[in-house]
Amino acid sequence: MNAPPILDVDALSLDFRTRAGRVKALDGVSFQVGKGEILGIVGESGSGKSVSAFAIMDLLDANAEIRQGGIHFAGTDLIADGRVALDEMRGREISMIFQSPRTALNPIRAVGRQIEDVLMRHGPMTRAKARERAVAALARVRIPDPERRYHAYPFELSGGMCQRVMIAMALACEPLLLIADEPTTGLDVTTQAVVLDLIRDLVDSSRMAAILITHDLALAGEYCDRVVVMHAGHAVETGPIGAVLDHPAHPYTAKLIAATPSSAESVETLASIPGNLPSLIRDDLPFCRFRDRCERRIARCDAEPLPVETVGEDHTVRCWRPL
Amino acid sequence: MTALLEAKGLKRFYKVGSGRRRGTLHALDGVDIAIGRGESVGLVGESGCGKSTLARVLARLVEPSAGSLVFEGEDIGAIPLARFVTNPARPRIQMVFQDPTESLNPHLTVADAIADPLRRLARLSGAALDRRVREAIDMVGLPEALLGRYPHQLSGGQKARVGIARAIAVGPELLILDEPTSALDVSVQAVVLKLLADLRDRLGMSYVFVSHDLDVVRLLCERVVVMYLGEVIETAPAETLFERPAHPYTRALIAAIPHPERRGKHPPRLDGSPRSPIDPDPNICQFYGRCPIGQPVCAEKRPPLRPVGEGHLAACHFAGQPSSTTAT
Amino acid sequence: MAVATRLRDLRYAFGENPLTAVAAAIFALLVLCAVFGPALVPYDPLATNSEMRMAPPSAAHWFGTDQLGRDIFSRVVVAARLDLGMAVAAVTLSLAIGTALGAIAGYRGGAVDAVVGRIFDTIMAFPLFVLAMGIVAALGNSVANIVIATVIINLPFYGRYARAEVNIRRESAYVEAARMGGNGAASVLARHIVPNILPPMMVQASLNMGWAILNAAGLSFIGLGVRPPEAEWGIMVSEGASYIFSGEWWTFVFPGAALVLAVFCFNLLGDGLRDMIDPRRRT
Repeated sequence: MNAPPILDVDALSLDFRTRAGRVKALDGVSFQVGKGEILGIVGESGSGKSVSAFAIMDLLDANAEIRQGGIHFAGTDLIADGRVALDEMRGREISMIFQSPRTALNPIRAVGRQIEDVLMRHGPMTRAKARERAVAALARVRIPDPERRYHAYPFELSGGMCQRVMIAMALACEPLLLIADEPTTGLDVTTQAVVLDLIRDLVDSSRMAAILITHDLALAGEYCDRVVVMHAGHAVETGPIGAVLDHPAHPYTAKLIAATPSSAESVETLASIPGNLPSLIRDDLPFCRFRDRCERRIARCDAEPLPVETVGEDHTVRCWRPL
Repeated sequence: MTALLEAKGLKRFYKVGSGRRRGTLHALDGVDIAIGRGESVGLVGESGCGKSTLARVLARLVEPSAGSLVFEGEDIGAIPLARFVTNPARPRIQMVFQDPTESLNPHLTVADAIADPLRRLARLSGAALDRRVREAIDMVGLPEALLGRYPHQLSGGQKARVGIARAIAVGPELLILDEPTSALDVSVQAVVLKLLADLRDRLGMSYVFVSHDLDVVRLLCERVVVMYLGEVIETAPAETLFERPAHPYTRALIAAIPHPERRGKHPPRLDGSPRSPIDPDPNICQFYGRCPIGQPVCAEKRPPLRPVGEGHLAACHFAGQPSSTTAT
Repeated sequence: MAVATRLRDLRYAFGENPLTAVAAAIFALLVLCAVFGPALVPYDPLATNSEMRMAPPSAAHWFGTDQLGRDIFSRVVVAARLDLGMAVAAVTLSLAIGTALGAIAGYRGGAVDAVVGRIFDTIMAFPLFVLAMGIVAALGNSVANIVIATVIINLPFYGRYARAEVNIRRESAYVEAARMGGNGAASVLARHIVPNILPPMMVQASLNMGWAILNAAGLSFIGLGVRPPEAEWGIMVSEGASYIFSGEWWTFVFPGAALVLAVFCFNLLGDGLRDMIDPRRRT
């Protein structure tokens, strides 16, 4: 990457304070996103991928506490400069789209109006101008007959269309960064392809940056430029998608690739990952949260905090014995 | 291979709407399917295609509106649901459900959940029942210590395995699996898929594997049936389907599967939505309008399911001919 | 084994919420009064004593005496049997019948649902207390008829809840699994669906107990149902109400306080009971 990244998350550590104890949801997570690129955050449930995104947007519950680390976006320090700045930025400079598009939209308001609401919030704008821009936004996400669809309610639209409306809302103010949290889970595979193609095209044409959070490695493989692989709150491997998929450096990444049906030749070659995620509430969490499931474990994994090893161009891994 | 289960002309209609806007929803519109002994058949399609309905009709949870269902020579389609509960065929066809959390009664322990069908269908009790429950839990690779637990105390993968144990405990010959791994993480899914393959080989069951994930079906099934709007539009051995799909919809489906090798390529995508399943016109191909081929004949005559190769059937007037959405 | 589990659940429920323990203690006290009261009270609740009329609370008569010289303390304690008895009988019966009707209606749908629904609607069309009054007046003044009236007016309460809950669960995956496992309609309802809807219904039932006591007391207050010289909280409050202005407060305060205590106790118990029954709340 030559230009400075638009988003820089640096050694972010985040806990949730609960009655039962502290859940150490993120530990030393670092990644950057540059203009015009799509960064994939890949992980299974409990990996912390959504928590990272919500932390950037400050959409977490009150019991979330950032213990350490920094989030810098386009020159602004999102943590130190007070989260008030984020209220202005949300929807304008940074936008987010969510899973289950039909439930993320207001069911009793026409979709065109909902896009207008975003525009008016970040105004100054007249109703008429906002309406014009809303229709244009619907057209840009390739919704046929946008003038008429403006008046539609979410329940009248299919899942894929609702997701496109969400994208239109997210892009209405031309943000610098779009965060997409599992935007196609629950959508048919043909619809998924259309939605992701759309996001890819919009990123390519507008030089916007994007983060795509997904549990599907194959999806990240097709649509992302770079990827962060997460496990139990750690960013275990970061790098260009091709390099990570072809030459994974972290044992977990390799196992995840081998467990993905799309790259397996037969059921026998499908790999499973032994053990379970460690409970993040424990006080005695090890330095490496993968060590109890790892075949390559050595004494150093128990004794020292994880390093950041460079294994290729822009390709880093947090492991004492990378592959 | 003599068929274990043979279905012909299965239809399932639902009345929808009221008053002037009344109509009939064709959830299944004439499906023929045969499952051989020990065969694994994948059933794929997108939402609204009728695969879940077909699975439930085959499992005899839902009555077909028309058509015949013959299991080992016996016509079980005609038996009303209330009587089928006590039919000797009931334990021979069992089902594994999609959401492991929803499919376990929160009030029953693992042991109770597995024991219930054994008590009712196999008429076991006491020590024999106990032994069989333990056998089932061992077969799915779970420790016996979990027998006293409630579903909310188990992980997703454990719940999925309990659901499988419950289904295989009565020794079925046909197991119908309705998206058994779609609610699971990738690593857990791998474990469950390997377990399913292993059980099938050990117990010699036939599988009907319903899934929206073609990659999973490719790994586990010998034959694949593709459905669209209540009809079978293509069926072929798994390898053939992936290498030489004949129906334009199948091709679009395969082309849409995310794959790192397709980076940067922009194949034309299948957009829009399927036609309405309510009161469909029987003289138009259901895929007409969305299909990249779409010729006049498609709007005049619905294509029947016809052979296009060895064990390979497709319902298209132009089956096998190139279309713009080809699989790479 | 089952007993040990229940005891452990009790400890858990009390640990989570100390008020539940308090409510349970009050409940135990009330039950004690109901069961052993008549044998343990110092005076015969029906025995009159014209010399000791309207005596304020004293060492001899803890709650004082009423207008006929009867010991109020004895009457309050003994009345527990009648009031609790009526409430428990009414709630249990209406819970059982209402749930059964509602569950069958919710599961079968169609004509059965329509008929049951109309029955419930008819009952609910009347102001419930007035309906209860009407039923007792029609059937005759007796304890049994108070119970019948209370059961009838409470049926829709449970029936509609059961119907809605069964309707929701009818298509759920575990019900399908139960049907795959050889359960017919009756056993699906009885063994799989109803046990899952019972926890919230138990909470309703416990809250309902308090209301049922008030209902019985209310009917007696206006002269329907229980008749003098029976000892019953409602009648006692009614008789004592004539003395509000003349200052003999003990004639209505003590029976009234007993009513308040009973209702309070059942409301608190409702929460504790739910914690015990719902397996999801166990850790």
